Amino acid sequence: MEIKILGTGCSKCDKLEKNIEIALKELNINANIIKVENLAEIVSYGVMSTPGLVIDGEVKAIGKVPNVKDLKKMLK
Amino acid sequence: MNIFSWLNAQLLKMEWLWNLVRLLVEKVFGLSMESKVGGSIHFFIYDTIKIFILLSVLIFIISYIQSYFPPERTKKILGKFKGIKGNIFGALLGTVTPFCSCSSIPIFIGFTSAGLPLGVTFSFLISSPLVDLASFLLLASFFGAKIATAYVVVGLILAVVGGTIIDKLGMEKYIEGYVWGVQNVDIEAGKMTKEERISFAKEQVQDIVKRVWIYILIGVGIGAAIHNWIPQPIIEKIVGQDNPFAVLLATIVGIPIYADIFGTIPIAEALIAKGVGLGTVLSFMMGVTALSLPSIIMLSQVVKPKLLALFIFIVTTGIIIIGYAFNIFSYIFV
Repeated sequence: MEIKILGTGCSKCDKLEKNIEIALKELNINANIIKVENLAEIVSYGVMSTPGLVIDGEVKAIGKVPNVKDLKKMLK
Repeated sequence: MNIFSWLNAQLLKMEWLWNLVRLLVEKVFGLSMESKVGGSIHFFIYDTIKIFILLSVLIFIISYIQSYFPPERTKKILGKFKGIKGNIFGALLGTVTPFCSCSSIPIFIGFTSAGLPLGVTFSFLISSPLVDLASFLLLASFFGAKIATAYVVVGLILAVVGGTIIDKLGMEKYIEGYVWGVQNVDIEAGKMTKEERISFAKEQVQDIVKRVWIYILIGVGIGAAIHNWIPQPIIEKIVGQDNPFAVLLATIVGIPIYADIFGTIPIAEALIAKGVGLGTVLSFMMGVTALSLPSIIMLSQVVKPKLLALFIFIVTTGIIIIGYAFNIFSYIFV
């Protein structure tokens, strides 16, 4: 599984990363977390409000930090 | 007294709070409201509490509305309009799209790659920080509905006219090359439940309070100083009606400052109380909110210096014209 966090190092992006790590741990899933900080690349996903969350190439959340419970649903 | 003016006085102007703080200053601190110290303490406490209450309530309401218009959706809506209509809707959607200066660049790239005319994008970028429902209600609370309406209307006109001029001048070649290379992708902004909108609005309130509280305290502090400590003649000499350069000065001082309307309101309030022209005060507020050093630096990542300079020039000139026009016609409002 490949997880991308889209955002230019804002505090919300860090929070999203932490929530994902917790969710992955609870689900016992190994995944690659990639931080995408290049703006052109972020926008090429159609995302303009950061942080954005991309799981296996699909945009799952934009402009918000989903909580661990919601993230677990997305990761399953 | 009818019910509406009572609601306006108590809810928007918060006369109950004014009286409460007066009691605190007079009975608890034992200071006279007429004294400099008493007056400025009252100004500081009353304005700080009032602004934080208004800020929290207004940001919550506006964020709830804004959750229906993420930039991803705004982009799609704007693609449907051609010509000046595009500029008008760009300016209008700028007032309801959640926007912090940190997302101005993704929005710029996204709009441009979607083929939106440059002028429409700029109409959006000008109106977005300048005008929104929160600033309207805040201005209405401090200065009345007439001035608030006038601010919103001229702000929107500035956004439409500014965008149109940039459009007509054919500035597309002054956009950084890589912006054109970005592919346009439309994504579903995703449906939000009512709970999600409420939690989005709550988060916005927290984020914004965290970001702007210091500017509000600085603003209220400056406001209290102007209100009670700086003698009227000095202020009149610098930015009073008799100084023909007052508007120019207010605009140029306001532009590099990074703050939002919540921080500038107490300064504006104190200046108006000291008899400074309405236009001069509006120019200062518009200069602070529409342009700032951080936003200019950020924009320089996507546009070349020539377009950046033109953008700054148009917005600055517009604000100065608005200021002088308001000073001339201010008798309508007071």
